[in-house]
Amino acid sequence: MSLLELGDVHIAYGNVKAVKGIDLVVNDGEIVTLLGANGAGKTTTLRAISGLLRLQSGVIRFGEHELQTMPAHKIVELGICHVPEGRRVFGTLTVEENLNLGAYKYRNDPGRVQSGRERVYQLFPRLEERQRQLAGTLSGGEQQMLAIGRGLMSDPRVLLLDEPSLGLAPKLVQEIFRTICEINRQGVTILLVEQNARIALRVAERAYVLETGRIALSGESLELRRDPRVQQAYLGVKEAAGLS
Amino acid sequence: MALFIEQLVNGLTVGAVYSLVALGYTMVYGVMRMINFAHGDFFMIGSYLGFTLVSSALLGGAIPLWAALIVVVVLSMAGVAIIGVIVERAAYRPLRRSSRLTAVVSAIGVSIFLQNAVMLIWGPRYRAYPPWSVPSITWQVGGIYINFMQVLILAVSFGLMVALYLFVQRTTVGAAIRATAIDHDTARLMGIDVDQIIRLIFLIGPALGAAAGVLLGLYYRQIHFTVGWTYGLKAFTAAIMGGIGNIPGAMVGGLLLGILEMLGAGYISSAWKDVFVFLILILLLMFRPTGLLGERIAEKV
Repeated sequence: MSLLELGDVHIAYGNVKAVKGIDLVVNDGEIVTLLGANGAGKTTTLRAISGLLRLQSGVIRFGEHELQTMPAHKIVELGICHVPEGRRVFGTLTVEENLNLGAYKYRNDPGRVQSGRERVYQLFPRLEERQRQLAGTLSGGEQQMLAIGRGLMSDPRVLLLDEPSLGLAPKLVQEIFRTICEINRQGVTILLVEQNARIALRVAERAYVLETGRIALSGESLELRRDPRVQQAYLGVKEAAGLS
Repeated sequence: MALFIEQLVNGLTVGAVYSLVALGYTMVYGVMRMINFAHGDFFMIGSYLGFTLVSSALLGGAIPLWAALIVVVVLSMAGVAIIGVIVERAAYRPLRRSSRLTAVVSAIGVSIFLQNAVMLIWGPRYRAYPPWSVPSITWQVGGIYINFMQVLILAVSFGLMVALYLFVQRTTVGAAIRATAIDHDTARLMGIDVDQIIRLIFLIGPALGAAAGVLLGLYYRQIHFTVGWTYGLKAFTAAIMGGIGNIPGAMVGGLLLGILEMLGAGYISSAWKDVFVFLILILLLMFRPTGLLGERIAEKV
């Protein structure tokens, strides 16, 4: 059953068209990944879903709601949370304050905020040790954990993750992705934007490949991993012609 | 030595008032990266509202004078807070996506509008708070004299500053204000309504300015529709001194500026006290534009 659906979405920055008519479906409970090179329009698409950017035309449907004219804070209240690229934790606020802001829509319900924090600390025990520390003093990996944890505080049905592996050591990337799968098992639907196609195709059930604002390919991750075009462009597999 | 301590107390008194006004500049700058050049006029309107309330029957004697004065302060704060929210909605919000220069020009327009509105309502002459509005009580503490108004100003100003500090540092909405100051888009992703936070800033800032206006009106007694610029510029200097955008900085900057001004007045010449203030502004902008306390830079990765 489709939970989030983009229909013929066009987005422009001034006169520059960044997204030129994409259709995309995310079903309830899935992990779907959006792949593509720099400037293909991945981040733009996520920013449009979360209401930071307005569409030129098209629809974004979430259950029975249409999101394209809704302000960003209402979209969070409906149950979509966007964890932005580059983590964007509030550096001069403590870890705990960052988490509490993630639960801003529950600000009048301290019990709910408390149980949200407990859930995040269970997923990322390291954050609990550092709860009184300023977020700006955390390491890159810890900041990524905080960004994801902060996103979970709003108890979203859909989590939009933008480049969670950016700038992290390979071992940490593995750890973050294990947690992403765990979050998905808890019932959160995930739309994942990644440069690291190898790992993204391993965790996601389905994938879309964006090229200069259009969807070039889409399908099951397993199929895409075997697709020679994907192998060559995104998985770094050299063409084997002439060797066999 | 007695002169020094006396001028120190005088300096703290006017400094506390500068701090209240400086907080408005610093909070608006922190959240919107804009200098609200109409902010001094909120201070001025506060002093006029206070004047009208004091002159009316309110101080009839049903409650003690000090309590009546606090009621005047609170009512003036409420009135100016409403004006602040209207100004933000009408003059700044439509320009949210324009350049900063456009917003500054709009702010100067608001300032001219408010000054002329006050001139038309209350008249172009100086007005004076009635002499009976403040009890002439003076206490002698260890060789120096402190009067009733100084105690009232210090109590109200510090009370308001402590309340603001606790609100911003200890509550979730306060954290939302700090988060919005760091990064509007990420604040939106937390579900924070940034327009609502800006409205809140334009409620708190003008209200603090109005409290300062009433207190200084009661202290010096004379008010005029142009005082917003003089005191606004002084408070702006205080905000720069503490590092603009920095809330505790504005508090410290105001107190420091008041003390420097009064020491200059006491030891050099009171006719030159405004010169000292603006000399400090010029020197700060030339050599230390991030303020004495240094800017608290938000770590952006």
